Amino acid sequence: MSYLADVGALARKDLLLELRAKETVPAMLLFVLSTLTVFHFALPRGTGHVAALGLLWIALVFTALLGLTRAFVPEREQGLMDALVLAPCDRSAIWLGKVLAVLAFLGLAEVVALPAFAAFFSGLDGRTVAAVALADVGICAVGALTGAMAVAGRARELVLPLLFLPLAIPVVVGGVGASAGAGGRYLGFLVLYDAVFGLLAWAAFEYVVSET
Amino acid sequence: MLTARNLSKRFGPRLVFQRVDVSLGRGDFLLVTGPNGSGKTTLLRVLAGLAAPSSGELDLPPRRLVGYLGHEPMVYRELTPLENLHLFGRLYRVPERGERIGMLLERFGLWEVRRERVGTFSRGMQQRLGLCRVLLHEPELLVLDEPFNALDADGARLLDEALAELADRAFVVATHDPERVERLATGRIAFA
Repeated sequence: MSYLADVGALARKDLLLELRAKETVPAMLLFVLSTLTVFHFALPRGTGHVAALGLLWIALVFTALLGLTRAFVPEREQGLMDALVLAPCDRSAIWLGKVLAVLAFLGLAEVVALPAFAAFFSGLDGRTVAAVALADVGICAVGALTGAMAVAGRARELVLPLLFLPLAIPVVVGGVGASAGAGGRYLGFLVLYDAVFGLLAWAAFEYVVSET
Repeated sequence: MLTARNLSKRFGPRLVFQRVDVSLGRGDFLLVTGPNGSGKTTLLRVLAGLAAPSSGELDLPPRRLVGYLGHEPMVYRELTPLENLHLFGRLYRVPERGERIGMLLERFGLWEVRRERVGTFSRGMQQRLGLCRVLLHEPELLVLDEPFNALDADGARLLDEALAELADRAFVVATHDPERVERLATGRIAFA
């Protein structure tokens, strides 16, 4: 119970920071809407539904990356990672709190992005929405870990995409596969990705934030 | 409480310090002095458990007994003092959190601004709040890097009083102003 209370307190803190600073979610919204608009006008008429879905997934992954880039900024700017790491709570609670916060930001961006996609291109089915929800979990789990790795380095804006994007490729593959037809199998793949990478990230966080 | 033998730390080819021995018990006060870039902060980070030494033996108390103040006050600028201290009080398992937080905010002259955002504070007020955060869980080992940084005369006096009152704890303090705490020091490491 204490672990969950720590996670709740840390996630609540991030939501409160965003509510006051209003830096991450507006940027994510602007980015995803701009990207979908550009895709809408850039794609020739008669482009297939599958191609459009592929672009949706690209937009979502880069929107998530934008949120992840900002995820550890408060901790980095004020040296707060040290204060959090020294706290006697389980360090993975820091990771899980961050995952929940970024998940909320990404979810908010998608609440706007998915209807916008439906309006610009074509309707979305339940499978695609389910795939997006499952992909969000994996993206945030891996992204919060790589974000913590990047925050310790100097070229962090460069390091995060380099670490995150290769790990996000399976999510795009699973997402496009699930939305483009072979639903069940790819949804299962996304569940497996979430379970495996979620567990790995949860276990690895302690070592990522321990300076050697 | 803290024992270090033959500690060294390097970053790649650069040796930051070597052959450092420290033994601290209750009531000990280790003063660390030296010019900028001499390795004071790195030593303090190692002694706080935030960085591993490259070689040597280090025996530290559990994390819940360590209080660390770095160059920054280490508080969230978009939160209020109350929100900051409640968050860290929760993570540090501080019993009767509300009372303890109220007492610290009163003591460091921040009670009146307890519901204002830290980002609107002067650097000195932020430092006071950073000190509240460090003292919140009543640590047995206090590792303070330039604690007088940015404090005005009033703030420095409050910190002097707090240091004198906590004389039964162990301290590691790095400062450019050693005269201020020299009377409390029981040991000294001077970096060249």
